Order: sequence, then structure tokens, then C-alpha cells
Amino acid sequence: MLGPGVFWYLGVSAFLFATGAFGVLVRRSPLIILLALEIMLNAGNLALIAFSRQQGRADGQIFALTVMAVAAAEVVVGLGLIVAISRRRLALDVDKLTSLRG
Amino acid sequence: MLLAFSAGNVATWIVWVVAAFACLASGVAVVTFTNPFYSALALIGNLGALAVLYLLLAAEFVAAAQVLVYAGAVMVMFLFVIAYLGSHADTPWAGGPSWQTLGAVGAAGAIFVEIVVVIGLSAGGRLSHSARLPDSFGSPQQIGRVFVTDHLLAFETTSIVLLVAAIGGVVLGAHAREDVDGLEEAG
Repeated sequence: MLGPGVFWYLGVSAFLFATGAFGVLVRRSPLIILLALEIMLNAGNLALIAFSRQQGRADGQIFALTVMAVAAAEVVVGLGLIVAISRRRLALDVDKLTSLRG
Repeated sequence: MLLAFSAGNVATWIVWVVAAFACLASGVAVVTFTNPFYSALALIGNLGALAVLYLLLAAEFVAAAQVLVYAGAVMVMFLFVIAYLGSHADTPWAGGPSWQTLGAVGAAGAIFVEIVVVIGLSAGGRLSHSARLPDSFGSPQQIGRVFVTDHLLAFETTSIVLLVAAIGGVVLGAHAREDVDGLEEAG
């Protein structure tokens, strides 16, 4: 395998995942929390593809494609919720959105 | 050792360093920018850099899908919603670091250390040598064949997940419109 070994890719993946987790924990805007979630999902994808390369099997890439489809579905529902929240003229701040009303 | 200094190896290392640095820097930028629009643009850069890393890992089809589906379709949807809502500045670190920020840094650092330690303990010895690949590895042909033979159930389940998400998006949008109509009639 030319270039860096698999563990370098895994290091990048771990750092990206930690960055995304930090964003989810610290940000208040639900839009940016969704963006940070995307970073975490992509960190998982990078680890899956790195292990797929190391094992020489395509199953990891299949898993990554499935994760991509699920992430797209998650974005649709998440953005739909955010638009519904803003149409009800509620603040786009996850610290203030604390109660559920049926 | 001959392989370690060949021209192809050096070129791959250079591409990897540039892509990995772009990936990490844009990831940090997404989390730290106060304007959601700039965060979304940084995420597009992050996805592009990740696609380069996928290419280096012989995952051509996944890299293409990443650029088309993610950096194309999903991020356009994000940018539309951000433009629709207007860019409200979100300033989590106004007025110095709070205990929440420090706690989040600690938690993120703990997650990073945990991942590295667990991977090192469970697979550390085996990571240095990787399998020899056929030329067709990661091509659309191979991915398609594996998808409809070994992983047919995952393929079909994905279609149902996407259908349910589409219906969910329509239902959420329809309810939001009713509420706005109700508010306007009452007011």
C-alpha cells in the first residue's frame, strides 16, 4: 500500500469524530448541531473505508454507502423539524427548546 | 525499504498530508464559525477533502457518491434552509470560556483518547500490513455486485428508510403550514 498506513487514516477519523462530538456538545443552534453530526458520521465512514482497504474486502464500503443514505434521511427529517420550529416562531436555540407539547 | 522512498509513495504521502490537514482544519472550522452559512461552506470543504482520502483508500465509487450526494445534494439543501431562516449568529464563546465549553473539550478529548486506545489495543498489531488488492477494488462494478448479492437486504432496507424520511419531511412541512394558517386566522 502506497503512502501512509491505515492507522494514520484512523487517527484522522478519531480526531474528526471528537471534533464533531465537541460541536454537538457546545453549540446551541440546531443547524450547526446537524452539521457537527454530519462530521461524526463522516468520521465513522472514513474508519469503515480504511478498514475495508486493510482487509481487502468491499463490505466496509457497502456499509459506508448505507451510512450515507441514512445520513441523507436524517438531514431531511432534521431540517424539516428546524423549519417547523422556526415557523412556530420559537427560538432556534436548543437550550430554550426544553418542553414538549402535544 | 526500497518502496518507502519511491516517487509514487512520496506523492501519495504529499496528497495525504494536504487532504488530511484540509479535512481536520475544515472540521474545526465547522464547529468554531459563528455564522451557520460559513459552517456549511466549511463542511463542503471537509466532504471534498474526505473524498480525496477515500480515493487514496481505493474507494472510487464511494468518493464519487460522496461528492455527488453529500457535497452536492445534501449541502444544497442545508444552504437553502440556512438562507430561508436567515443567518442568526450563534456565539457559544462570547464572554470567555464557560464551564460548558471546558466540559465539552474534556468530553471530546476523552472520546478521542478512547477511540485511539481501543483501536490500538484490539487491532494495533494487525494494522501495519494491509491486503493486496485486485485492480477492480472499489469500482462501481464490484460495489454493485456485492450490493445485490451479499447485501441485498441492506440495499432494500435503505430504500424503505429513504421513503419513510421523504414522507416524514412532507408530513412535517404540512403540519407547519396548518399551524401558520391557524395563527393567521386567529390573529
